[in-house]
Amino acid sequence: MAEKNAAPLVDIRHLKKYFNINVGAFQTKPLKAVDDVSFTIQKGETLGLVGESGCGKTTVGRTILQLYKPTAGEIIYNGQPVKTKRDLKTFRTKATMVFQDPYSSLNPRMTVSDIIAEPLDVHGLCKTKEERRARVLELMSYVGLNSEHASRYAHEFSGGQRQRIGIARSLAVNPEFIVCDEPVSALDVSIQAQVINMFDELQDKLGLTYLFIAHDLLVVRHISDRIAVMYLGKMVELADAKEIYEHPLHPYSKSLISAVPVPDPKIARANVRIALKGDIPSPMNAPSGCPFRTRCQYACDKCAERMPEFKEVSAGHFVACHRTAEIND
Amino acid sequence: MSLLEVNNLQTSFFTDAGEVRAVNGVSFSLEHGKVLGIVGESGSGKSVTAYSIMQILADTGKIVGGSIKLDGQELVGAGEKVMRTVRGNKISIIFQDPMTSLNPTYTIGHQLMEAIMLHTDRNKQQAYERAVEMLRLVNVNEPERRMKQYPHEHSGGMRQRVMIAMALACEPDILIADEPTTALDVTIQAQILELMQSLQKELGMAIIMITHDLGVVAQLCDEVIVMYAGSICEQGTADEIFYNPRHEYTKGLMRSIPSVDSAGTKLQPITGTPIDLLNMPKGCPFAPRCDAAMKICIRERCERMQINENHAAACWMNVKAAFEAQTGEEA
Ligand SMILES: Nc1ncnc2c1ncn2[C@@H]1O[C@H](COP(=O)(O)OP(=O)(O)OP(=O)(O)O)[C@@H](O)[C@H]1O
Ligand SMILES: Nc1ncnc2c1ncn2[C@@H]1O[C@H](COP(=O)(O)OP(=O)(O)O)[C@@H](O)[C@H]1O
Ligand code: SF4
Ligand code: SF4
Ligand SMILES: [Mg+2]
Ligand SMILES: [Mg+2]
Repeated sequence: MAEKNAAPLVDIRHLKKYFNINVGAFQTKPLKAVDDVSFTIQKGETLGLVGESGCGKTTVGRTILQLYKPTAGEIIYNGQPVKTKRDLKTFRTKATMVFQDPYSSLNPRMTVSDIIAEPLDVHGLCKTKEERRARVLELMSYVGLNSEHASRYAHEFSGGQRQRIGIARSLAVNPEFIVCDEPVSALDVSIQAQVINMFDELQDKLGLTYLFIAHDLLVVRHISDRIAVMYLGKMVELADAKEIYEHPLHPYSKSLISAVPVPDPKIARANVRIALKGDIPSPMNAPSGCPFRTRCQYACDKCAERMPEFKEVSAGHFVACHRTAEIND
Repeated sequence: MSLLEVNNLQTSFFTDAGEVRAVNGVSFSLEHGKVLGIVGESGSGKSVTAYSIMQILADTGKIVGGSIKLDGQELVGAGEKVMRTVRGNKISIIFQDPMTSLNPTYTIGHQLMEAIMLHTDRNKQQAYERAVEMLRLVNVNEPERRMKQYPHEHSGGMRQRVMIAMALACEPDILIADEPTTALDVTIQAQILELMQSLQKELGMAIIMITHDLGVVAQLCDEVIVMYAGSICEQGTADEIFYNPRHEYTKGLMRSIPSVDSAGTKLQPITGTPIDLLNMPKGCPFAPRCDAAMKICIRERCERMQINENHAAACWMNVKAAFEAQTGEEA
C-alpha cells in the first residue's frame, strides 16, 4: 500500500496533449485528446484510470512517458521535473509501459529471450552474455514463465502467456513506475485472473507503482487504491477506489458505475441504471464549458459558460462539476 | 412443445490437422419469451452452437449429428430452402462486430429496406416506413436522416443498434446475440442491453445471449448454459448457476472474476491452459485443470445429472456427494 502523506512519486500538473488534425487542404484543427489534467501517484500505489473509449486514457499514459510530446504541462518524477533530454533518458529507465494487445505488441519473429532482453540491450544494462541470460531468466521467473520458453517464438504462445512476455520485457529496466494500458482486456476471464494476480504480486515484491488503465470497472476496482474518471480529455473525478465506487459525485461517474454489469443476479436485477442520453461528442467539437453538459441531466446555463474547476470536495475526493453540492444533497 | 429444441447436437470442422469437434453433444430447449445465456471461455463452442442453429457454418464445418427442432420442425438436413425461410424470419442473429454484417458501401436505409423486403412481402414504401419505425424503436434519433447515412458515419453503439433493428425488422421468434456488446463501452453496453430487454418484453421473443461476461448473464438471463470444450457442463436457472454452482469449472469461473468486494483479496484463477480440441482427454474434459479431479474423472466422462428440477450438471462431485448422503460414508 502507498504511503499516504509522503511526496508523490508521479506528479502530473496541467498536462495537455493536442493532436493537429487536417480538416482541409491546408488547414488543421487541434484535437484536444488530453486537456489540462493534474494528478499524483504515491510510491507503491495503483491509480486506476477509467472512461469511455476515446476519452484520452492511453494518451495520458503515453504523454506521461513522453512517447507523445506534451503540448503543455509538467511531469515531475520523484521531485524532479522531467524536462531535458537527459532527464528523459533516466526517466525512461524508471518508467515503462505495458500494452493492451498481446497479439500485436510482440514481434512474432523474435524469440522470447530476445524480446525480453531488447530493453537491456538498448540501455546497455548487461555487460556480459551470461549476465544478460541470467537476467532474462530472472525476469521470466517473475512472471511465471518457464525457462524452456526462452528460445521459443512469441507466436507460439497463448494470449495470457504473451501478456506475461510483454510484462517481463517491461520489467527488464528495473522500473519503479509502470503504465499498464488495458493489460488484461484481451484475455479470457480465467487467464485474466492469473495476470491480475501477477500484477499484484509483482507490486508487493518489487514495490512497483502503477497507472492502471482499463475499461472493465470491476477489474479496476479490484486492483486500484484510487480511481480517476476521464471524460472527453478532462479528468472529472478522482477518489479512493471504494469511495468513488460507493459514492460517486460526478454525474458521469454515477452513470458509469451504475452501468457496470455486476455478476450477481439479485444485485443486477435490482440495480437501477442511470441511462445517458446520446453519444459522446467528438473531441474535435467538444462542447463549451463542462464537457459532459450535452449528456448531463443536471446541466444549467452556467455549465455551458464555464469549465468547472477540479476541486477537492472532501479529503482526497476531487470533482469537476458546478453542481456537486446540489446534486449530492 | 418448446419453441426450439436442440438435441445432442454435434458439429465438427474438418481441418488439415484433423476433425475438430467444436460442439459435442449439446442439448437444450428454449421457450417463448425467455432469455437463455450461453457462457464459457473462448473456443468452448458458443458461436459454433449458434451458427449450427442458423446453419451458417464455414465450408469446412458440418453438423455431424443430433437434431434441431423449431416449432417441432426438424432443421438438420432440411435443406437450404427451408433455412432461408427460417433465417431472418423466425431466427435472427446479431454479431459482435456490426461492421462484419453491415455493408460499408450502402446506406443504412438501403440495407434495412433490403432485409425487410427479402423477408416480408412489403413494397418499397412500406419497407421504408418499417425501417424508420425500427430505427425509432431502437432509440436512433432522427431516423429519417440516419437512413441516408453510411455505416462508418455511425458510432459503434449506433451501428449495433442498427444491427438490432435489422435483426428485429421481421419480428423473429428467436434473436441470437453473439457477444453483442463486447466491443462497446459500459455505458453504451447498458443502453443496448436495456434496449434488448425492453424489446424482448414488448415483442415477446426469445433471446439466446452468448457472452463471456457473467455480469451480462446475471443482468439479463432466465436460464444459463455453461460450456466447456464443446459440451455443456452445467445448465440451470440463473439463480441456481450463480448461487449453487455444481460443476467445478463453473465454480472456478465464479471465483476467478473480480467482484464489487474482491478488492484486497486474491482472485483464484483457473490454472492450466485452455483445452486443445484436437487432443481431448478421455474422461472429463476439465480434469487436467480441475483441482478436485478424482481417479474416475480421468477414466470416464460424467453423464449429465439432474440436481433439482431447475438444474443439471455433469460432474462426478455430485455423484460422490449423492453417494455419501445415501450411505453416510466417505466415497
Ligand atoms: N496519434 C494520434 N493522432 C491523432 N489523434 C489521436 C492520436 N492518438 C489518439 N488520438 C485521439 O485522441 C483521443 C483520445 O485517444 P486515446 O487513445 O487516448 O483514448 P482512450 O481513452 O485510450 O480510448 P480507448 O479506451 O478506446 O483505448 C481520441 O479522440 C483519439 O482519436
Ligand atoms: N471455421 C473454423 N474452422 C476450424 N475450426 C473452427 C472454425 N470455427 C470455429 N472453430 C473451432 O471451434 C471451436 C469452438 O469455436 P467457437 O464456437 O467460435 O468458440 P466460442 O465459444 O469462443 O464462440 C474452437 O476450437 C474453434 O477453434
Ligand atoms: S458541471 Fe453542469 S453539466 Fe457538468 S456535470 Fe456538473 S451539472 Fe452536469
Ligand atoms: S468431473 Fe471431476 S474433473 Fe470434471 S469437473 Fe467434476 S470433479 Fe473436476
Ligand atoms: Mg486506449
Ligand atoms: Mg464466439
